[in-house]
Amino acid sequence: MKKDEVPQDDANMLQGKTRELQYALDKEGNYTAVKSVGWQAKNEIMQNAWDDIHEQVAAAKAAVLNGEKSTLYYHMVRKLMDVHILSGYSKIWQWRIKRHLQPKHFAKLSDKILNKYVAALDMPSIAALNDIEYED
Amino acid sequence: MKIDFEHSMAAHCENGATVNLLNHYGKKLSEPMIFGMGSGLFFIHFTFIKMHGLPVTAFRPMPGLIFKRVNKALGVKVTTKKFKGNPEKSMQALDELLTKGIPVGLVVGVFHLTYFPEPYRFHFNGHNIIIIGKEGDNYIVSDPTMEELVTISSEDLKRVRYAKGTYEPNGKMYYINYAPDVYPDLKESVIKSLKKTCRDMLDIPGWIAGAKGIQFLSKKIRKYPQKLTKRKASLYLGQIVRMQEEIGTGGAGFRFLFSAYLQEAGDLLNHPELRKYAQEMTAIGDKWRDFASQAARICKGRPKEGETYDSVADLLFEIGNEEFVFFKKLKKEIKNW
Repeated sequence: MKKDEVPQDDANMLQGKTRELQYALDKEGNYTAVKSVGWQAKNEIMQNAWDDIHEQVAAAKAAVLNGEKSTLYYHMVRKLMDVHILSGYSKIWQWRIKRHLQPKHFAKLSDKILNKYVAALDMPSIAALNDIEYED
Repeated sequence: MKIDFEHSMAAHCENGATVNLLNHYGKKLSEPMIFGMGSGLFFIHFTFIKMHGLPVTAFRPMPGLIFKRVNKALGVKVTTKKFKGNPEKSMQALDELLTKGIPVGLVVGVFHLTYFPEPYRFHFNGHNIIIIGKEGDNYIVSDPTMEELVTISSEDLKRVRYAKGTYEPNGKMYYINYAPDVYPDLKESVIKSLKKTCRDMLDIPGWIAGAKGIQFLSKKIRKYPQKLTKRKASLYLGQIVRMQEEIGTGGAGFRFLFSAYLQEAGDLLNHPELRKYAQEMTAIGDKWRDFASQAARICKGRPKEGETYDSVADLLFEIGNEEFVFFKKLKKEIKNW
């Protein structure tokens, strides 16, 4: 890749916070570092991955509204977590979390446990955890 | 309090942290040099190890290895510490080192990394940053993937140091405790690193690593449309491109960085023939970029005429073959150096 071929396709993936370094050839054929705001191929692949996540979040929301899952499940998926990661942050055993993803078990939880989930998911309150419409 | 520290950006975080730390201790090396001396070029495809439900493809060795190899070659000694389940102690240890004027490398998760671009914030726990000071409650961070210095609050820093999920960092930190006054000559370790890269790409037993690993992946891709749903197939293919391009590889899965290293190594060793090899590797790198473009179009469901899973698999097979021939030739060339 030559220096002037380094793509500068901005899809706001870096949000103007930084640029990425690419290595390319200058006119003399020597390698040099060039800053890039993005590349279309990469942006599209990234968008594809996020589209998939958004679909999973929408499916999670539907599952909660159908009464199949608790709101905890929705917020877990929304934070890109699985039971393993949530267990790490909340220090609650995975098998217990799996129970709490069911509405009937979740409804019976004490404030102490709920607050652990609130902290693990970086949310402001138990009310937010119960709210399917809540977003950061 | 802020240590006088020169921040420079890098394509990859581990390379960059190594460049900046060594520079602070009087050894200025370029990113390609660090990458190459650490034998950073690699390839492996796992079908059985998955992340976020997708098979893992790596274009580099295990995290931490490049840093370790370069320090060994230079005679630099590093202290590494982990503080499992003890965040308070880990923050205290960090502060103590900073007051002594020692810059500290940390391994952190990016999901809660407040200054990071949001589209890149996944539960990935292998990011390297260097802390170079503290002002009030905020730490000053030299993050090799950021253009300028950034800051993070102590609460947020604690959280990313104790990120959860796969490969939990557990407050891991590292710093240089000894650097020689006179650094050794690099020629020998450069030759050694090239030989190691040839071995990594040619001689690892099994079929998943090195040049033959690339061909193994090609065969897997060919079967994606039959074995997976349309959605899953595109995510599998996309994940390969993400590992190749997105995670700070400097383009083409480190192939351009390696070419840059071949140029520098050629000048250092006074072996101009390495420049020809750099040219060849650049051409292979360009093919990796073609692979990524084609794959992206397939994932988006708007391929150009003739572009299918079969055609990208063909291209990848060809790349694997070219790398095999390339490293065979390079191995022979440098055998008696």
